[in-house]
Amino acid sequence: MAIKDLFKSKLKVVNIGLASFTESLERSGAQSVQVDWRPPVKADAGALAAVEAAAADIEKANAKAVKLILTGKPALVGMGVALDTIPGMTHDLILHAGPPVTWERMCGPMRGGVIGALLYEGRAKTPEEAEKLAASGKIRFSPCHEHGAVGPMAGIVSPSMPVFIVKNEEHGNLAYATMNEGLGKVLRYGAFGPEITKRLKWMADELYPTLAAAIAKLGRIDLKSMIAQALHMGDEVHNRNRAATSLLFRALAPAIVRTCPDSERAAKVLEFIHGNDHFFLNLSMAASKATLDAARGVAGSSLVVVMARNGTDFGVQLSGTGGEWFTGPAPVPDALYFPGFTKADANPDIGDSAITETNGLGGFSIAAAPAIVQFVGGQAPDALRYTKQMYEITAAENGAYQIPSLNFRGAPTGIDVRKVVAKGIFPLIDTGVAHKEPGVGQVGAGILSAPAEPFVKALSGLAGSLSAKPKKQKKTLSV
Amino acid sequence: MTVKGLIKSGEYFDSVTLMIVGRDVTALKGVQDAAVVMGTQENKAILKAAGLLLPEFEKAGETDLLLAVKAESPETASKVLAESEARLLSVRSRSDSEEEYRPKSFEGALKALPGANVALISIAGRYAGEEAMKALKAGLHVMLFSDNVPLEKEVELKEFARGKGLLVMGPDCGTAIINGVPLAFANQVSRGDVGIVAAAGTGLQEVSCILSNESAGLSQAIGTGGRDVKKEVGGIMFLEGLKALLEDPATKVVVLVSKPPHESVLKKIGAAVKDSPKPIVAVFLGAEGKTLSRYGMLPAGTLEEAALLAAALSKGGDAKAAGKKLADRERALSELAVKEASQTAKGQRYVRGLFSGGTFCSEAQLVFQELGISDVLSNAPLAPFKALADALKSERHTLIDLGEDAFTVGRPHPMIDYSLRCRRIQAEAQDPETALILLDVVLGYGSNMDPVRELAPALRDARSTAEQGGRRLVFACSVTGTPEDPQDKDKVSEGLKAAGALVFPSNAAAARFAARVAEYLEGE
Repeated sequence: MAIKDLFKSKLKVVNIGLASFTESLERSGAQSVQVDWRPPVKADAGALAAVEAAAADIEKANAKAVKLILTGKPALVGMGVALDTIPGMTHDLILHAGPPVTWERMCGPMRGGVIGALLYEGRAKTPEEAEKLAASGKIRFSPCHEHGAVGPMAGIVSPSMPVFIVKNEEHGNLAYATMNEGLGKVLRYGAFGPEITKRLKWMADELYPTLAAAIAKLGRIDLKSMIAQALHMGDEVHNRNRAATSLLFRALAPAIVRTCPDSERAAKVLEFIHGNDHFFLNLSMAASKATLDAARGVAGSSLVVVMARNGTDFGVQLSGTGGEWFTGPAPVPDALYFPGFTKADANPDIGDSAITETNGLGGFSIAAAPAIVQFVGGQAPDALRYTKQMYEITAAENGAYQIPSLNFRGAPTGIDVRKVVAKGIFPLIDTGVAHKEPGVGQVGAGILSAPAEPFVKALSGLAGSLSAKPKKQKKTLSV
Repeated sequence: MTVKGLIKSGEYFDSVTLMIVGRDVTALKGVQDAAVVMGTQENKAILKAAGLLLPEFEKAGETDLLLAVKAESPETASKVLAESEARLLSVRSRSDSEEEYRPKSFEGALKALPGANVALISIAGRYAGEEAMKALKAGLHVMLFSDNVPLEKEVELKEFARGKGLLVMGPDCGTAIINGVPLAFANQVSRGDVGIVAAAGTGLQEVSCILSNESAGLSQAIGTGGRDVKKEVGGIMFLEGLKALLEDPATKVVVLVSKPPHESVLKKIGAAVKDSPKPIVAVFLGAEGKTLSRYGMLPAGTLEEAALLAAALSKGGDAKAAGKKLADRERALSELAVKEASQTAKGQRYVRGLFSGGTFCSEAQLVFQELGISDVLSNAPLAPFKALADALKSERHTLIDLGEDAFTVGRPHPMIDYSLRCRRIQAEAQDPETALILLDVVLGYGSNMDPVRELAPALRDARSTAEQGGRRLVFACSVTGTPEDPQDKDKVSEGLKAAGALVFPSNAAAARFAARVAEYLEGE
C-alpha cells in the first residue's frame, strides 16, 4: 500500500513490543493486534540463510509432504508376533522409545523395561542376570522408529511380544505397536518382576489371540474415523483416550463374543480393555506413525515426521533429512506431581507418544480435550490457547481431525522446523512423567515444551541437505 | 547484606514489564537493590557494576531471565526473590487469561488482523530490524520505536521500503500520528491540514500540540528517527514523508522538524520543496535561517514559532501574525523574569534545566545562546557550550537531557519514570547557587499518566529545602500536551501551578523566561 493510500485507509496496526501501545491504540479507536513476541532461537546464521534462500523450494516440498500426511488413512488390519512381523526384528534385539541410546546411557525406567523384557523372554532368571546380559553386548538395542514401530514411555518391544499392525491404506505402509498394559506397575514405566511377567504372558496367551481373531473377523478397523470421533468426545488421544477406548470397545465387543470360544476369556478381555482408559493410546500412536511415515523422504521438506524421547535424549527427524536423528537432552517436565512426588523424582521426558503431537493430535489438539488441562492444573481457556499457538508452527490444518471448541477447525498439522526456530515457539506435548527409578511408575502428568536444541540442529541438517548434491532420494518407508 | 538470585530459562518479558517489576521490588522493605533482566551481555555488565552478578549468571544467555536481590538478610532476599517471581507470573497470567488469543509471531498477527497496514515495533533493537523487514516484505508500513538498531540495518530497511513505496519511521522514532491515530508516544491532537515530517520526536509532539491548542489541526505527522537526516542514511524517509505530504490533498501546510540535517540531505530537501505550492515551515534547530529561505522554506527559530507560523498559514493568515504574537509575549516574559529574579536571595545565580525531552534541551540551549547567556554547560552541549564534567552534578547554568543513555540504561525513560528527575530537583534545591529550575512535562499516550502526583511533592520539598537555607527558588515548566490527552493538559497545568510552578505555553517560552532570569542575575 503506497503512502498516499495509507493516508486514505483505516489504520490497522500490528504491535510488536510494548503492550501499552496497544492499549493506547484501542483507546484512540484504531484496530490493532498485540503480538506476544519472543526472541527467535539462536541458530546457525549460515543455515538460516541457506533455508531462507531455498524458501520457495521448501514450500513446494512441504506442500507435497503435508499432502501425504493429510491423505493418510490408518486402519488396524491385524496382529502378529514382533519377531515375525516387525521388519528387522531378531531374537537378540530389543526395541525402545526415542532416538538411539546405549545401555550405558539409558535412563532408569528404560533399563527397567529392558530387564522386564529379558525376564519375560526367559533370557534371564533374575533381574541381576538380566542386567548383566543387557550390558554384555549380546543384546542389541534399536529405536522402535527405525522399525516402523512406536512404543509409549520406555517403549520396549521384545521378540515374542504381540503387536498391532496398522496399515496406511492410502499409501500402503505399515506401523506397529504393542498392546497397552494399563496403569500401575507396568513395563513401560520400567517395572519388572513376576507380576509384570505374568500380565505380559496373559496378554500374549489370551488377549492377543482373542483380539487377533476379532480383528480378523472385522477385517479392518478404521482408526482415522475413530480418532476423529474421539476428538469430538473430549479426547486428544495422547493423555486422554477414554472416548477412543470406548469406541474401540464398541467395535470389538460383538466380534470378540462371536470369535472367542471361551466366554470367560472373552469377558476378561473386554474387562481388561474396559479397565484401561489408555488402551487406545498405542493404536493412536501407531496410526500417527503410519500416517507420518508416508511423508518421509520428501527432499527439501522442513516438516517434522518424528518427535521421540528415550528418557535421556529428545530426538527429531525431518521429512527432508532421511533417517538422521537430531537430538538434545530431554527436559524434565514441569508437571503436576502426584502426592508424595516432586520434580526431583522425575525422569526426563520419555516415550514415542509424541508421535501423536507430530501428527497434530495430543498437545496440538488439546483444545478438544479441556479435561486434560484441568488434570495438570490449568483452565479450559489454556487449552484453546495452546492449540492456537500450535497453528503458528504448522503447515496445515487436518480437516479430518476437527476441534469442536474452535468451531471445528482442523488440527494443526505438519510441524515446520523453520517456524519453530524463527518464532521460538516449541511443540507442546502432553506427557506422563515416569519416576527416575525403574518400576515405581507414573509420578505426574503435564504439558511440556519440546527443547530447542533438536530443532536448531534439524534446521542445520536441512540446510546441509539443501547444499548436498541433488541425488534421487528414495522413499524410505520403514517397511 | 546478602545477594541471592535465580535464572529462569526461556522466559521472556518485554523490557518495560521487567523494569516495572524491578523498580517495585527494589522499593520493598529490606531490599537494597534488585534487578529483573534478560541475560544479555549489557545487562550482565550492569549487574556486575551493581554487585548483583552471581557466578551462575555468567553462563546465562539472552533468552534467560535473571532475577537478583540484594537485601539485609538471606531471609528477606529469598522472600523478595519469590515475590519478584510471583509478580512476573501475575503479569503473565493477566495477559494469558484474556479471552483474545495473542499471536506469538508477526505471521500469526497477520492472520488475526487481515489487512493490517502498519507495524509498530518496540522490541529490543537487535531483533527489531528483522521484524521490520518481515513487515515490509508483507507490504506494511513500519514504525520502529526501538533504538539500538544498527545503522546498516536502518539503511537496508529504508532502501527496501523506498523501493516498495512504504514508510519506515525510525528506528528510535518515538512518535507519529497517522490518520489521526497517535502511535507510541503521541498526543491526542485535532485533525486538520498541517502535515509534519520530523526527525525529532519531542519536537513533533511540541509542534503538533501547539498547533492543536491554537485551533489548527494535523493531517499527518510522520517521524523518521534522528539518524535519518544524517549523511549515512541520506534523509531517505524524511524525503519520502515530505513527498507524500506534498502530494496529499488533505495537507495544505507542511512543517519540517529536525536538528540541522547534513548538508547533502538539506540540499535534497531543498530540491524537493522547490516549486512547492504549499508553504513549507522548517524548524531545523540551530540551522541558518538564511539557507532555508533560499530554498523557499519559512525558517522558524523554535518549535513554538514553527507551530504558530503553520497555524496562521493554515487559517489563511500570514507569517507576520505569528511574529507579532511572539513579540507581544516577549515583553510580558521579560517583566515576569525581572519580578521573579529580583526576589531570589544573594548567591542564587544559576538556572538548572532538567529535561526529559532531548529536543527541548537543545532548544533551550539555542534560546540561551540567542539571548547571549554564555556560561552554560550540558551533558548534550550545542557548540559553543561545553560538556559538563559530570552529568550527575550541575555547575553554573546547567541544561541536562535526562533521556541520555547514561541516565536511561536499565530504567524507563524519564517521561515515564519521574523518580530520577525528582531526586535531581532535590539535589539542585540543596545547591545555594540554584535560582531557577526549568522543567519540561510531556503528556500524551505512553508518557507518565499522572505527572503532577510525581512532581508536586518534589517541587514542594525543593521549595522548603531552599527556604530553610533562606533562599527562594523559581520553578518554570512547560507542558507539552492537549486538553484531550489522557492526562489533560489543563489539569496538569493547574496542578503544577498549585505546587508553585510558573507554567508556560511552550518549552521555548519557558526557556526564554529562564534565560531572562539568568540575564538579570548576571547583571546583578
